[in-house]
Amino acid sequence: MSERAQTASAQRSSGGLLATAARYGIWVVLAALLLTLPRIFSSSFTFTMLSLMGISIIFALSYNMLLGQTGMLSFGHAVYYGLGGFLVVHAMNTVTKYSLPIPLPLMPLVGGVAGLFFGVVFGSVSTRRGGTAFAMISLGLGELVASSALILRSFFGGEEGITTNRTKLLRIFDWNFGSQIQIYYLIAFWCLVCVIAMYALTRTPFGRMCNAVRENFERAEFVGYNSQLVRFFAFCLSGFFAGIAGGLAAINFEIVNSGYVGAEQSGSVLLAAYIGGIGFFGGPIIGAILVTWLQVMLSDITEVWQLYFGLLFVGMVMFAPFGISGLLMMHAPLWRARVLWRLVPAYLLALAAGLVMLTGASLVIEMAYHLSTKAADGPMMSFMRVAFSVHSLLPWLMAAVLLIGGYFFFRSSWPYVEGAWHDALMKARERGSAV
Amino acid sequence: MSAIELSGVTKNFGPTEIIRGVDLSVRDGERHAMIGPNGAGKSTLFNLISGRLTPTAGAIRLKGEEITGLRPYEINRRGLSRSFQVTNIFPRLSVWENVRCAVLWSMGYKYSFWHNVDSLADVAERTESILRQINLLERRHFSAGVLTYAEQRALEIGITVGGGAEIILLDEPTAGMSVAEAEHAVALIRKLSEGRTLLIIEHDMSVVFNLADRISVLVYGKVIASDEPAKIKANQAVQEAYLGVAA
Ligand SMILES: Nc1ncnc2c1ncn2[C@@H]1O[C@H](COP(=O)(O)OP(=O)(O)OP(=O)(O)O)[C@@H](O)[C@H]1O
Ligand SMILES: [Mg+2]
Repeated sequence: MSERAQTASAQRSSGGLLATAARYGIWVVLAALLLTLPRIFSSSFTFTMLSLMGISIIFALSYNMLLGQTGMLSFGHAVYYGLGGFLVVHAMNTVTKYSLPIPLPLMPLVGGVAGLFFGVVFGSVSTRRGGTAFAMISLGLGELVASSALILRSFFGGEEGITTNRTKLLRIFDWNFGSQIQIYYLIAFWCLVCVIAMYALTRTPFGRMCNAVRENFERAEFVGYNSQLVRFFAFCLSGFFAGIAGGLAAINFEIVNSGYVGAEQSGSVLLAAYIGGIGFFGGPIIGAILVTWLQVMLSDITEVWQLYFGLLFVGMVMFAPFGISGLLMMHAPLWRARVLWRLVPAYLLALAAGLVMLTGASLVIEMAYHLSTKAADGPMMSFMRVAFSVHSLLPWLMAAVLLIGGYFFFRSSWPYVEGAWHDALMKARERGSAV
Repeated sequence: MSAIELSGVTKNFGPTEIIRGVDLSVRDGERHAMIGPNGAGKSTLFNLISGRLTPTAGAIRLKGEEITGLRPYEINRRGLSRSFQVTNIFPRLSVWENVRCAVLWSMGYKYSFWHNVDSLADVAERTESILRQINLLERRHFSAGVLTYAEQRALEIGITVGGGAEIILLDEPTAGMSVAEAEHAVALIRKLSEGRTLLIIEHDMSVVFNLADRISVLVYGKVIASDEPAKIKANQAVQEAYLGVAA
């Protein structure tokens, strides 16, 4: 071997080592993070929140196997989540009744198998066609299952749903899973396993061909692949992971009802994936975390939280169609070129303007809501701890000033943002970065 | 045995008969050109052979086996691969991935979800060799959608030959290229079709007479002649129907 070839191969193997470390390192870091999170925020409220996030992450990633990876827009993904949940509750109750030696941590697998099973059954119909036909069929199947949930009472338990008790199963390590922290660890474990599995799947020949089918399903057929089968497999696997998520939710809440399979659940996973960004593997993770957080926090602050949520979604679709992960990735080259900080002042300015606008908008929304639905409580309400009467002119004027002023403030801050971008790019190019 | 054999193939779109009883034989290992005026039905014939369309009547055989009515992927797996007149690639995938997608099935990885696609040495080797041949190795990290037109045409060919099919169908591979680009493409096609069967639709007569072992002339949905280049040149009917217009 020549000297040059030797150094080249040495470089390659050290590069290989680094690459391996980078490849597996991230999962180790993630595992460590999941283990330490409850120590940093040790309130039962956070355990609950983190548990919900974990479930939501699995669900959103499973959804993105369809939408982001394979290009299939589903309006009925809750079907597999919900049926997974129902099967897990029934399985838990059966296991308890007959004292079968199956511990709780294995129960999510029942949900996965249920999701897979219904994925096979419904997928064999719905994945024959892609595009709009698939979307419509998924909507129809969602409605079908949701209405069945109210009719087939013995299985779905009607409006009340079906309850279970997670502490009555076979114990291992003396954990009875009565406390939220133990449930958190259970969910964190499954979340990590599922995230790794779903990520690994994107790196396989099958995962790559999902992308090919998304891009151009016809061409995929001319290089030997049956696009319909690719869609079908993706659908089944996605059902499997959705079922695990649903099973974890059932364990977490110890109750399942028709809401699990309903349109609202299907819609919320679509929003989470989309807001996070469907173009990157990590996008739906970000979306799931944010949406769960918003759902918990906003619903505490305001009763019309869904309206804000809707506004956020519309805003994302209009101004950031690649989601939060898309926005982040847009900044990655600047970060690498060490010029990202140059954007900070302009961004702070725009953020301030945005907050002014948001305050105005939310004042209008809250006052309108108070006027229309809480008239019986009298005209007094409070906003940001300030009490006032919705019948007086001043707060309305204030809101209008904030909203309109904020808008113009934002508009005039935008050239600074563009200018800062321009400067940062120039600086990066000066330093020889390919941006 | 013929590589491709069409007998009495017709295709109607609604009431109009576009392919009107085509008999055609492409011999094993030859370079066969298909010429004919615009709208004669050449691309439609390709669509019929490759399974994009099903014939209204007639039979199509591949290496002696009937393939009429099979799906495109089934025909592809039997050793036929085609390119498209209108570039048909995976626009948001990288150039590398475009070619790799074309390589995977034929190397036996199929729907595998237990292999890491990035560590398949044989796949990487084949992908790289094809990219080198179509001169796109340098551009492998770019999205296919941002390539120049000529580069996309080259990629189209790369995807077509990626699976190593024995029978290659190329639909106007040089259309829209500059003279230099077309020359390069023809040299490439000549090399890539070495030891394979090639059926190529081409409007440029110099390319056709230069490349083809045999030529078929399709006019108004019918093959009016199928012969060696010299005989096609001399053929009275062809001159009247087609070459006469060009000459
Ligand atoms: N899917 C279709 N539906 C209806 N008509 C079609 C369809 N595809 C092709 N045709 C018609 O069939 C005829 C032949 O088209 P085709 O594309 O096969 O011609 P061609 O010989 O490839 O022409 P060109 O040299 O311009 O590429 C045209 O008149 C076209 O309009
Ligand atoms: Mg054509």
